[in-house]
This record gives sequence, structure tokens and C-alpha cells, in this order.
Amino acid sequence: MGQSLQEHFDAMIDKDITIEPKDWMPDDYRKTLIRQISQHAHSEIIGMLPEGNWITRAPSLRRKSVLLAKVQDEAGHGLYLYSAAETLGISRDELYDQLHTGKAKYSSIFNYPTLTWADMGAIGWLVDGAAIMNQVPLCRTSYGPYARAMVRVCKEESFHQRQGFEIMLTLSKGTAVQKKLAQDAFNRWWWPSLMMFGPPDAESPHTEQSVRWRIKRFTNDELRQKFVDVTTEQAKVLGLEVPDKDLKWNEERGHYDFGSINWDEFWNVVKGNGPCNKQRLDARKTAWEKGQWVRDAAMAHAEKRKAKAAKAA
Amino acid sequence: MEKEMKKSEWPLWEVFIRSKAGLDHKHAGSLHAADEQMAIENARDVYTRRMEGVSIWVVESKYIHASDPGEADSLYDPANDKIYRHPTFYNLPDEVKYM
Repeated sequence: MGQSLQEHFDAMIDKDITIEPKDWMPDDYRKTLIRQISQHAHSEIIGMLPEGNWITRAPSLRRKSVLLAKVQDEAGHGLYLYSAAETLGISRDELYDQLHTGKAKYSSIFNYPTLTWADMGAIGWLVDGAAIMNQVPLCRTSYGPYARAMVRVCKEESFHQRQGFEIMLTLSKGTAVQKKLAQDAFNRWWWPSLMMFGPPDAESPHTEQSVRWRIKRFTNDELRQKFVDVTTEQAKVLGLEVPDKDLKWNEERGHYDFGSINWDEFWNVVKGNGPCNKQRLDARKTAWEKGQWVRDAAMAHAEKRKAKAAKAA
Repeated sequence: MEKEMKKSEWPLWEVFIRSKAGLDHKHAGSLHAADEQMAIENARDVYTRRMEGVSIWVVESKYIHASDPGEADSLYDPANDKIYRHPTFYNLPDEVKYM
């Protein structure tokens, strides 16, 4: 007895007991979670834009229905995550405001353009593949509402990756031009996908504390290596070439060695200088501002109905 | 952390879903909506895109009252030492069947 709140919290973490919204938690734990969950939610919402770009140009009705369903899932995932973040005491409006003012970040991968239909395949296969690798361990993260949201997200994401791989497979077994499109998309999305796991462990400022709190369960480099190992094998099935001349199986490590990542490019995109940063944020802000009258009208309608019902009673 | 509710923000609702006939409604998550009708429609789109439910309950989050985890020890204390409420507390001979 006489245990301090901090000791009680640490003991719960050590015993792998889930932390729930009403439990006491250190301020930094709360802040770290808000940062991570909201960044994740923003990524889902911004992530709809590059793919939304191709919905009207999908090559068949089947592909169009699938892409629509995928983008709708992403909206849903953003909403699960925003509501998980709100259980930590931050409002939805504040969260949106942080995105729109650039205070909060989203995954840099969505600042790259989607130039051809093959990009829909590469995004599903690589970007969703990397996201899943990041997200599966989060189903056991220490904060309950986040973990539960992630269980839903992961259940739904697996079709996202499979539909992307299917697009790549169709293209790579198609005409020479189609195969070339697939390889070109692979070339452009491979390195940014590796960057999705975040900076190397040695330069990742939050990793150690987040692993201690069981917010993160694996480090950036561990997950990145796993992704390279798995995806390289999948590329063989497609008959496509991983765009890395240094990629080589290392018998001793039991992993693939791979070339060095251009971290200057990564930080440049994070800082706002990627090919589409401005376009993405502008699209988001415009949608929010232009939707204001709809939100106001819905609220006015609800109040009117309430007043009417009160009068009738 | 300050929780400032801006006037434009729609109220927050908690969503409960019955996954199939005969089962309880279970908490699924929360969402924002202008009124109860919109909350149910949004809940359908957000939480049942893959036929996860046959019935939806929504309740405005401000009406949920919850026990305090800090008082869990004393709150559940009365149940702690009453193991005789469980059937395994009673030793019966093996030849007794159907009990």
C-alpha cells in the first residue's frame, strides 16, 4: 500500500494490464498517445486523397467498387482513431485544427503523387503492407481504446493490401506496357514505403520511451527489416525487380541487407517540401471550410426538431 | 488538458452494436452527430460496413456515468471473499451425475 500513482501505473504497464481512459496516467504518456493516435488518424484522412484521385478513372467497375470501398474504410479508420484520441481529453475540433495549421503531422508517404493506375496497386501492396506491419503490434498497445480501434483497423486492412497485390499481379502478367507500368510504380513507391517506418532507431527520439510504455512494441528498424524480408519475396511472385542494387540475402543474419535510405529526402518531405504537401493540406482545409454550412445546417435542423418535439409533448 | 467544446462541434455519441440476434449490444466506439437519427446512420456507416450488426444503440456520451477505477478495490470488495457463490466450492462424490 502507499503506492504512488506513478508506481501503480508502472506496475500496470509491467504486468501488461491495459490502461483505460479513466485510469491515472503520466502527462507525457497522454501527450505521446495523443500525438501518435492523431497522427495516425490524420494519415487515414489525408490518405484518402491520393487514391480518391483515381476512383473516377478505375479501369473497370470491379476495380472502381473496390477502390471506393477501400477509401471509405480509410475514412472509417480515421474516425475510429479520432474517437480513441478524444478519450484522452482532446476535442475533435482541436485535432482538426492541429492538422489544418500544420502543427500535427501525417504520414509523409501521402505527399507523393499518384501518376498512373499502377500506383493504386503499389499503394495497396506496399503502403498498406507497411502500414499493416506497423499496425498489427498496435493491437496489443497499452492504451485500451487505441488497441481496440487497431483491432478493427487491422481486420479491415488486409483486403486493402490484397487488392493492391492483385492489381500488381494483373499488370505484371499483362502486356509489356502494363508490366512496365507496374515496375515504374514499384520503383517510385519502394523507398518512400521504407521511410514509413520512421527514422533509424538511433535517431528516433520517442522510440525508447514508447517501447517502455508498451505504446510501441517493436522499433522502427525491426519492423523495416521485416517488411524488406517479406516484400522482397512477394516481388519474386510478381516477377518485378526491387529497385535496390544493394539488396542481398545475408545468410548469417537470416535477413536481406538493403541499400541506404535517403533520409534527407524524408526530412525534407516531413518539413513540408514534398511534391504534394501543399496540395494535400489545401484539399483538406477547403473540404473542411466548405463543409461548415452543412455542419451548421444539420445542427440547426436538429435543434428545430427538438423544439418541435418539446412543443408537441 | 482543457476540453473546450466549440459551438460548431456536433455532440459525441457512444455506439453499441448487437452483432446478431440473441446477443447483447456491445460498445463499439463513438462518433459525432447532430442528433440521434444522424448518430444511428453514421454508426451504420462507421461501425457496420461488413454486416457487423443487426441492431444499433446510440447514447449521447454525456449521459454515460462510469465507476471510478481508483475505487475499484473497495467497490468490488464485498464479492472478494465469497467463493461459496461458485459451484466449484462444493465437493461432491464422483458418482453424482447431472449436477
